[in-house]
Amino acid sequence: MGTVKGMKQLIQLAKADIGESLRARWFLVYTLIFGGIMVGLFVSGLTESRVMGFTGLSRLLVTYLQITMAILPIFMLITTVRSVVGDREAGVFEYMLAMPVGIGPWYWGKLAGRFLAVFMPVLGALLVAVVWGLLRGVTIPWVQVLFYIGLLASLAWCFLGIGMLISTLSRSTDVAQGAAFLTWLFLLLFLDLILLGFLIQEGLPPESAILIALANPLQAFRTAAMLLFDPQLVLLGPSAYVILDHFGYRGYLVWATAYPVLVGLACAGLGFWIFKKGDYS
Amino acid sequence: MNIRCNNLSKNFRRTEVLKGADLVLDPGDRIALVGSNGAGKTTLIRCLLGEYTHGGQVLVDGIDPRADRTGALGRIGFVPQLPPPLKLTVGRLLGFTAEVCGSDIGRMADISGRLGLDIDTVRRRPFAKLSGGEKQKLMIGIALGRETELLIMDEPAANLDPTARHVFFGLLAELKGGHSMIISSHRLDEVAPLVNRVVEMDRGRIVLDDHVDDRIDLAAVLRCTVAISRPTQAFAEAIGAWGFRNDAGECRWQGMIAGPDRLRFLGMLSRYAALVENLEMTEGSEPDAPAKTP
Repeated sequence: MGTVKGMKQLIQLAKADIGESLRARWFLVYTLIFGGIMVGLFVSGLTESRVMGFTGLSRLLVTYLQITMAILPIFMLITTVRSVVGDREAGVFEYMLAMPVGIGPWYWGKLAGRFLAVFMPVLGALLVAVVWGLLRGVTIPWVQVLFYIGLLASLAWCFLGIGMLISTLSRSTDVAQGAAFLTWLFLLLFLDLILLGFLIQEGLPPESAILIALANPLQAFRTAAMLLFDPQLVLLGPSAYVILDHFGYRGYLVWATAYPVLVGLACAGLGFWIFKKGDYS
Repeated sequence: MNIRCNNLSKNFRRTEVLKGADLVLDPGDRIALVGSNGAGKTTLIRCLLGEYTHGGQVLVDGIDPRADRTGALGRIGFVPQLPPPLKLTVGRLLGFTAEVCGSDIGRMADISGRLGLDIDTVRRRPFAKLSGGEKQKLMIGIALGRETELLIMDEPAANLDPTARHVFFGLLAELKGGHSMIISSHRLDEVAPLVNRVVEMDRGRIVLDDHVDDRIDLAAVLRCTVAISRPTQAFAEAIGAWGFRNDAGECRWQGMIAGPDRLRFLGMLSRYAALVENLEMTEGSEPDAPAKTP
């Protein structure tokens, strides 16, 4: 298939998937939640308060990022894992894949469409905060905002890829959703706040703890989000020395942005390979 | 369009669903693919469409549909038995199909319209929100509106209302002689008038491959008169569903039936064989009121 024709098909399929997503109930709930979080943060007066040095828009964005870290991955996983296995179960693939479309454009178009559909409400809520700040005459930390957008996109893409892999491996929607939940729980447990902190207390070698923290895309996101507004990582404690000594400020931000993208790409690529080799409907 | 299936086999884990099926389809072949549930009809169709991995070989005009989907499926129209729960609007689905298949939206809308589905009134509605009949009409409109050489249809007329069913037969009749079809059904009487060949499957094998008389005019209608010995409620309801009207004290019924539906009509009448005193069927021209089928 020609590259141009393949790209046209990919765009068509991405548009079709966006159209499907915009009409799905989960998308409405999802958008309301992220919009609601932002409204809730405004209403609760977070922008006016000061905690541990964060104030105004910085405080609001930090809180938004931390909440997003907890919600975005599970939303990505739960909605994405239904896409391949759910469409297969419902007979969507039987009909749509009887059309003359390549499997590559189909899969990657679906992935691109889903990414845009899921990332837009998150980005939209963040931009609302920025516009609000501009209207109030607040100084906008543009570099931090751009890095936040990059980190959010990276996190969304990472879990989208993991979700597509789980979806192609699963034989039913129920199994896929169970696996998605377990994956999210596993990664959540290995945050510094939870099991990782406990393991360090129990004498886990620091190198192992750091390795786990670096390998966990959720932890990478969390640490980078803190780093943007706390360049010395005072909040993180002694681990900060290891991170800053080995990576440096910019180096870690690059790692935290690029690594989840690579994880997502590897998972999505593996999912595509499995999907291509197997039965489509 | 030529289709070649050589020693086609398919397993789902330990279950062997296709066991070395051989099938050749030449241009102009209209095949009724019949068999009971689990015979392997749907699996065979999905292999033809390149949706399943399989043993043996499938070639569509010499192309493996798994290897070159665009090349192999570009001239194949497909109507599934169960409409997929697409949330896309009707307009978006038509636009998507037109882009991907290189077809004309107007032509697909026109055929849907002839089947009784006005695209302008449903264009903004999600496909999943249409009624079963509307979905079927749209999928037939899309399949027939494309530039195809082979139509693969799974119980295509099952959800159609009487008028649409008659129009559907007429649309099939309009297809050119070189057009091929595979119509899957578990009942031969449903599809026999539409085909010139019957392929029967049983437990993953092709057990019958025979040609049938295809002189039935798909667009024809039959004027029909049925006389019964005494009026009964059950018969009145059954024949009333075909749009027949009675005179002479509910013992004489008259109506029109679509030519390809004659076997189904006789099947219905056979249930009341003890009542039927006289039956006349005459091929006629297009009636003022369309022939009806329940």
